[in-house]
Amino acid sequence: MFGLNKKDTSLFFLVLLLVVLAPFLLNPFPEGSELAQFNAGYPDLMQRFLIFGIFAIGFNILFGLTGYLSFGHAAFLGVGSYAGVWMMKLLTMNVIPAIFMSVVFAGLFSLLVGYISLRRSGIYFSILTLAFAQMSFSLAYSVLTPITNGETGLQLALDDPRILGVSSENGAIPAANFFGIPMRESFELSMGGWLFTFNAGYYLCAVVMMIAFYVAIRIFRSPFGMMLRAVKSNQQRMNFTGLNSRPYTLAAFVISGMYAGLAGGLMVAMDPLAGAERMQWTASGEVVLMTILGGAGTLIGPVLGAGFIKYCENIFSKINDNILYDWFAALPQGLADFLVFVIHPFIGKGWHLTLGIMFMLIVIFLPGGIMEGVERIGRLFKRKSSKDENSTARPKAAPAE
Amino acid sequence: MEILRVEGVNKSFGGLRALNDVNFSVEEGTVQAIIGPNGAGKSTFLNCLIGRLVPDTGSVMFGDISLTGMKPYEINQIGISRVFQTPEIFGDLTLMENIMIPALAKRDGEFKLHAFADVGKDTEVRDKALHMLEDVGLVEKKDMVADSLSRGDKRRLELAMCLSQDPKLLLLDEPTAGMSRADTNNTIDLLKRIGDRGITKVVIEHDMHVVFSLADKVTVLAQGAIIAEGKPEDIKGDPRVQEAYLGGAHL
Amino acid sequence: MDAILLQILNGLDKGSAYALIALGLTLIFGTLGVVNFAHGALFMIGAFCAVTLSRLLSLSFVTIDETQKDFLGNPLKVETPYVEAWFGPETGAAIIDWSVPLAILFSIPIMALVGLLMERGLIKYFYKRPHADQILVTFGLAIVLQEIIKYFFGANPIPTPAPDVFAGSLDFGAMLGMDPNIIIYPYWRIVYFLFAAVIIGAVFAFLQFTTFGMVVRAGMADRSTVGLLGINIDKRFTVMFALAAVVAGLAGVMYAPINSPNYHMGMDFLVLSFVVVVVGGMGSLPGAVLAGFLLGILESFASMAQVVALLPGINQIIIYLVAIVILLTRPRGLMGRKGVMES
Repeated sequence: MFGLNKKDTSLFFLVLLLVVLAPFLLNPFPEGSELAQFNAGYPDLMQRFLIFGIFAIGFNILFGLTGYLSFGHAAFLGVGSYAGVWMMKLLTMNVIPAIFMSVVFAGLFSLLVGYISLRRSGIYFSILTLAFAQMSFSLAYSVLTPITNGETGLQLALDDPRILGVSSENGAIPAANFFGIPMRESFELSMGGWLFTFNAGYYLCAVVMMIAFYVAIRIFRSPFGMMLRAVKSNQQRMNFTGLNSRPYTLAAFVISGMYAGLAGGLMVAMDPLAGAERMQWTASGEVVLMTILGGAGTLIGPVLGAGFIKYCENIFSKINDNILYDWFAALPQGLADFLVFVIHPFIGKGWHLTLGIMFMLIVIFLPGGIMEGVERIGRLFKRKSSKDENSTARPKAAPAE
Repeated sequence: MEILRVEGVNKSFGGLRALNDVNFSVEEGTVQAIIGPNGAGKSTFLNCLIGRLVPDTGSVMFGDISLTGMKPYEINQIGISRVFQTPEIFGDLTLMENIMIPALAKRDGEFKLHAFADVGKDTEVRDKALHMLEDVGLVEKKDMVADSLSRGDKRRLELAMCLSQDPKLLLLDEPTAGMSRADTNNTIDLLKRIGDRGITKVVIEHDMHVVFSLADKVTVLAQGAIIAEGKPEDIKGDPRVQEAYLGGAHL
Repeated sequence: MDAILLQILNGLDKGSAYALIALGLTLIFGTLGVVNFAHGALFMIGAFCAVTLSRLLSLSFVTIDETQKDFLGNPLKVETPYVEAWFGPETGAAIIDWSVPLAILFSIPIMALVGLLMERGLIKYFYKRPHADQILVTFGLAIVLQEIIKYFFGANPIPTPAPDVFAGSLDFGAMLGMDPNIIIYPYWRIVYFLFAAVIIGAVFAFLQFTTFGMVVRAGMADRSTVGLLGINIDKRFTVMFALAAVVAGLAGVMYAPINSPNYHMGMDFLVLSFVVVVVGGMGSLPGAVLAGFLLGILESFASMAQVVALLPGINQIIIYLVAIVILLTRPRGLMGRKGVMES
C-alpha cells in the first residue's frame, strides 16, 4: 500500500496503531496506584517521544545509511526552533507556517554546513560538524542575541506583530493552534480508576511523525537509499562505479537536517519558546545515542531508541529515595537502607550517570542496538528449530572514512 | 579503430620514476595484456587511466576525450570500468545490490535524487542484475552478503558489477591472482565469453597461461618503460623481454 | 605593541592547557589509534585531585577553648587541621597553602592508575572497532566520569587557590621599561606556563632519548612493522595511555587555581582540544603543542576589545573558524603526516 511492500506496510500500520493508541498503552496503571508513576501517557511526554522520534529517524538517514557521524545535528533542531518562534511572533499562531519555516531554515543551514563538512570524512567530518554546532551555540548566546534573545531564550510577547493573527487575546498571548484547534486542548477520558488524556498537540505530532516515518521508509527502499548504503560500504568502489558520492551524502545530510528542523518546529508548536541550549553538543550526542541504542540503519530502531531514552529520562529522574523506601518497605530496614544507598546515585539527578552507563553497555555489547538484540533473540529461537542455519554477517555501524 | 591512446605519460613519486614516457594504444574490440616484473609500474599505469592518479605529463585519450583531470566517476561514466587486484565490492550489501548499484549508475548517471522510486520494483535493473549473476554463476547466492563470499567468488562478483555497465573498455588488474587452476580456467572462459560482446579489455597479469590464452597483443613494461610490444608468440621469443622479465630464463 | 604582548601572555596559559591535553590526545591516537573522547574527563579528574588533596589536608579536629567565648557566650570551638597539629602550626599552614603544587605528587599515581584501568578495562577492546564506536564508547565514559565527580563534589565550581606566594601579579610592562600597570600578569599563570613547558619537554625527551620512547615512536610511524619485529608493542602502549592520562591530569591539577574546578570543565576543554589536535595534525606531537599555543593566543587576540568591536562574537568562535579553514585547506593539519586517518 502507498507504494510500500507488504512487510513495510505492516510495519507502518503497526507503528500507526501504537501511536494512535499510545494514550491507552502508555497508561497501563490506574490513577493513584503505586505504579502510576510508571505511566507515560501524559501529553508532554508523549509529544517528546514523537518529536525526538522524528529527530532520530532523520539522523538515522544520515548516520545509519551513509555512516557519516555528525556531532552537530542539534544545531539544526535549534535553528528550526528559532525559525518557528519567529513565525509565531511575526505571522500567526497557527503552527503550520511555523513548522514549515522551521524545516526550510534548518534545510538551508544544513545545506551550508553539509556543503563544507562533507569535504572531509571519518572523524574529520565529525569534528567539522561539531565545530559548526559549537559556533552556532556560542553565537546564539552572544552576537545573535537580537534574534535569539541570548540566555533568556526566545519567547512570545504581547506586542508581537503577528500580522495574520492578533497580537493579544483578552490580554494574553494567543495559544498556538492548528486552524483554530489549540495545541494545549485535551480530552480526558475516565474509565474506572484509569484516566486517559487525548491531546490535540500530540495527535498533530503523530500525524507529522507518521508522514516523516513514511518518507523514511520510501527513502530506505529507494535507489537513492541504496546509494547511501553504498557510500557506507565502499565509497571507493562507488566512485569507480560512476557515482559521485558527494551529492548523495549532501542530500542525505540536508534531508536529516530538515528532519531535525521539523522536530524543532514541532517543539515550538507544542511549547512556543526556543533556547540556545537545544544546540549544545550534548544535545547532538543525545540523538546519536538514541539512534545507536535503537539500532542505526534500521527503520524502526531510532524511534524505539528515542522513546526508550525519553521514557527512562522521565522515570529515572522522577524516582527519589522516598519512593525507593516505599518499594523496599517489605525488606528489613538495614537491607532497604543498603539498596537505597546503592541505587541512589543512579536516580533523580543521577539520571545522566545511568544514561552514560547505558550508552557504554550498548556500544560495547550491542553495537546494533535494540534491533540487534531483538534479532539475536529471534535467531536463538530459530536455531533451536533449524540447527544448521546459515547466519549471514550483519551490517555493522562503521564510520565512513 | 583506436579506443585508447596514451602518449608520453610520465609519473614520479618523489625521486622514483614510476612511469617513463609511456606510449600505448589499444584497438577497439581487442584484448591487450600488460605484463612486467613486480614494480614495473603496471598498477600505476592503470591508476592513471581511471583517474586515481594524475600523470605528471602526457595525455590519455579515450576516443577523442582526454581523460586527464577527469574524476574517477566521470571516467567510468564515459565507459571505462575496472576490476581491482583485491576485489572492491560493497561488502555488507547483498550480491543483488552489488550489481544493481553499477547498473543504476549506468542508467541514471552520476547522481539522481530518486528518493521515492522503489528499487524493488525496478524490473529493468533487477532483471539485468539477475542476468549478470547468472552469467558469472552466482545467481543462487544473490541474497547473500558479499563479504561472505570466497575470494574467487568476490572477483567474479566484481567482474559482473563491471559488466553490468556494458563498458566500452574494461581494465582488469590481475583477475586470476591467488586463484586455483580450476578457478583460473573458469575465469578465462568467462573473459573469453565477454570478448564475444565486443568489450575491449586491458589485462594486467602475471600468469602467462592467462596472458597467452586471452591476449591479442602483449605490452611488456619494465622499470616504468615499455620495452616490447607485439603478438603473444612474438613476445615469447623476444630476448629483451626474457632478460628483463625473467632474468634470461625461457618462458 | 604592549597590547599585543599582553594578549600573547594571556593566551599562553590557556594555550598551555590546550597543548597539554592535545598532547595526550594525539599520543593516544598516534599510538593506539583510538579517538578518546574521555580525555577531557582526565583533565577534570586531575583538577579534582587538587581539590581532594586540599580537602584532605584541611581535615580538622575540634577542640574547645574554655578561655575564649564566641558571641553567644559559649566556649569557643577551635578547628585545628591535623597537619598543623602534626607538623606545628607554621609548617602545617604552609603545607595546606601549598596543597595545589603538592597535588602534583598526589595525582601522578592516581592518574596513572585511572589511565591503566581505562586502557585495560575498556579501550583495549576497541582497538579494532571503527572510530565511530570508539568515539561513542569514550563519550559514554566521559559522561559517567563527570557524573561520578558531580555526585561526590556537587555541581558548583570549587575555588582552589594557589599558594599565597603566587597570589599577586607581575608587572611585566614595568620590567620592560613601560608604564606600570599596563602589562600585569598573575604569577600563577607564569608558573602554569613554565610547568607546561617542563612537562612538554619531559614528554618529548622521554620519547626522544629512551629506548621505550624510540619503540613507541616507531609504533606511531608504522604499527604493524614494529609488531613484526617481535616487540610487545601493546604493553608499551598501555604505558603510553597511562602517561597521557598523567599529562592530562597534571594539566588539570595546576589549572585548578586558574579556573575553579567543576564537573563539566573536561567536556568544555575536550571539544577545543580535539579541534587543537585536528589543527595540529592527527598523530603529530609537535603539531599538537604548536596548535595548542597558537589557538590559545589567537583566542586571546580575538577577545581584545578592538577586535570584538570590529567583529562581534569573534572571540567565541575563532578557534572553530580556524579549525574549519585548516581542515578544508590542509586536511592533514599543520604538521600532520600523510596516511593518518585516511582511507
